[in-house]
Amino acid sequence: MAGHSAGAMDVRNVIGSLLLVYGVILTIMGLFGDKELDKTGNINANLIAGIALLVVGGIFTAWARLKPIVIPDDYVPDPDARPHH
Amino acid sequence: MLPALVTADTLISASFVDYAILAIYFMFVLGIGWMVKSNVSDSADFFLSGRSLPAWVTGLAFISANLGAVEIMGMSATGAQIGLPTTHYFWIGAIPAMLFLGVVMMPFYYGSKVRSVPEFMLRRFGKEAHLVNAVSFALAQLLIAGVNLYLLGSIVHALLGLPMWLTLIVAAAIVLSYITLGGLSAAIYNEVLQFFVIVASLLPLTLIGLHRLGGWSGLEAKLKPQVVDGSVTTTVEEQLHSWPGQALSGFDNSFWSVIGITFGLGFVLSFGYWTTNFVEVQRAMASESITAARKTPIIGAFPKMFVPFLTIVPGMIAAVLVSEIAELKAGGAPAGGSSGEGVTYNDSMLLLMRDVLPNGLLGLAITGLLAAFMAGMAANISAFNTVFTYDLYGDYLAKGRSDSHYLQVGRLATVAATVIAIFTASIAGSFSNVMDYLQTLFGFFNAPLFATFILGMFWKRMTPTAGWVGLVMGTVSAVTLWAGSKFGDWFTLPGQGLAFAAASTAFVVDIVLSVVVSLMTKPKPDSELVGLVYSETPKEMRTDPEEASMAWYRRPVPLAGVALAMTIVLNTIF
Repeated sequence: MAGHSAGAMDVRNVIGSLLLVYGVILTIMGLFGDKELDKTGNINANLIAGIALLVVGGIFTAWARLKPIVIPDDYVPDPDARPHH
Repeated sequence: MLPALVTADTLISASFVDYAILAIYFMFVLGIGWMVKSNVSDSADFFLSGRSLPAWVTGLAFISANLGAVEIMGMSATGAQIGLPTTHYFWIGAIPAMLFLGVVMMPFYYGSKVRSVPEFMLRRFGKEAHLVNAVSFALAQLLIAGVNLYLLGSIVHALLGLPMWLTLIVAAAIVLSYITLGGLSAAIYNEVLQFFVIVASLLPLTLIGLHRLGGWSGLEAKLKPQVVDGSVTTTVEEQLHSWPGQALSGFDNSFWSVIGITFGLGFVLSFGYWTTNFVEVQRAMASESITAARKTPIIGAFPKMFVPFLTIVPGMIAAVLVSEIAELKAGGAPAGGSSGEGVTYNDSMLLLMRDVLPNGLLGLAITGLLAAFMAGMAANISAFNTVFTYDLYGDYLAKGRSDSHYLQVGRLATVAATVIAIFTASIAGSFSNVMDYLQTLFGFFNAPLFATFILGMFWKRMTPTAGWVGLVMGTVSAVTLWAGSKFGDWFTLPGQGLAFAAASTAFVVDIVLSVVVSLMTKPKPDSELVGLVYSETPKEMRTDPEEASMAWYRRPVPLAGVALAMTIVLNTIF
């Protein structure tokens, strides 16, 4: 069956990319910013958290890439499937 | 923004990086909302990818819809005050009800296609019960929106240092723009995102806090008793064990404390909250099959079990590490705080963030909190909007107008509800612990609703008259009991015992009156109860033929058993 992947709208890509962006920011803060060691009890909290976010974000994007959601080209959205509010 | 009103020293000093992290989050959320609304992306991509994802996504959205102001600020406030007995809100007050929802109620909801509580009331009992329920639901949403707005305001105040009245208006404007810019159109996406941002900031907060105290044993050693008016109300020993939890229930006798927590909180309040809360039930309704819908709350129960370690434990840490909270707990009255009128326990989380997190992680934490409270209040406002426009205005005030007319009324209702919430936020602000206030509200509104719901669902003899009489008298009895204790010196219960007692009374009064009234009035014919009463609903409507062929860990009931066993283990350890 022909189809295309959900791409940017796959929730795993959305989560993964946000966590990667935050991971980069925190890692940079941990390397070059004020470490504020008196607050954290002498650990570089931004660096550790930043690296952890990069790893988790990477796992989500890798997962979405390895097992993509394929949408059949003849798919017709069911109006009832919309979340109700 | 009005620099003249900004005081020189704000509670939290956010840097450029912190604001950048906040801005990135809102670009993501509003970007997704915009893509959905303007159909830039093929809408099939959006909805199909949402529906074919594993049940863990709907499960996370399910608990994230609830991981808002109440959980984060209320639980840390209560944790700072009384310590580990607070975990009952999760291990007794949430998990069993979530499992019950998945195992027993969900097949019924999914099969009968009931989409909201007022809709169930209308079809099961008729107009009177529908009207009573719609009015009380709308009122409850306005009051709870006030709690979310107040907590959102406290963060805005901590950041900008504006006076509280102006803060509330700024916070209300933020929520209104979030709703208008389409922030709610992709609610499940936002909730899952929000969950990860909150965990990413609360986990480091807890770990760094514990690290500074010398680990869990360091926290145990440094914990202090809670003192009110010169006498100890919660000893250190009581703060370190979840049972019998006298500090939570307010009962002197440990036997009655266990009964109060199990029946009042564990049964009436929590079953009432989780099984009739359609904001959350709808997350499960969006899934592909009846089995996936049943698994949604059950899968949500697993992360839910561990949320106390990210909310209650930071509260306990704050009571040791943050000088203002430590002073408050020792019986003092430190000035300042997020309201500007003295520190309260509600400030525990914010103050711990101030003392422990470096800029960067601080921004992430602020983002998580703002996102959660804003989404929470937006959900209240939109629930109010739906019930007001369609169930009250559309059914009773102006029937049969055009769609565009109702859309217009809905917009006005959204603005009006936001303005009213500014006033209900002031009520919430007058309670030193928002959790006390919320549990009181749940006792008034959810406890009778749950009684009517569960009786009407399993007893086909229950009549339409009993439906509305039970609801009205349940709420009246809870309010009377509460007012009698608050203003009439009938009795006093510290902690949340009064809320538990009011909820239990409402439940019992509702059940008794419903049975008595039913026996004196005429029931509906069986043919009108198909899909609404358990015994009248055919089995095919509530079972999934494919379930039997699945592996055990993919089936709802064994999964619920694992969750229950883990909860019992947690109760034994702590």
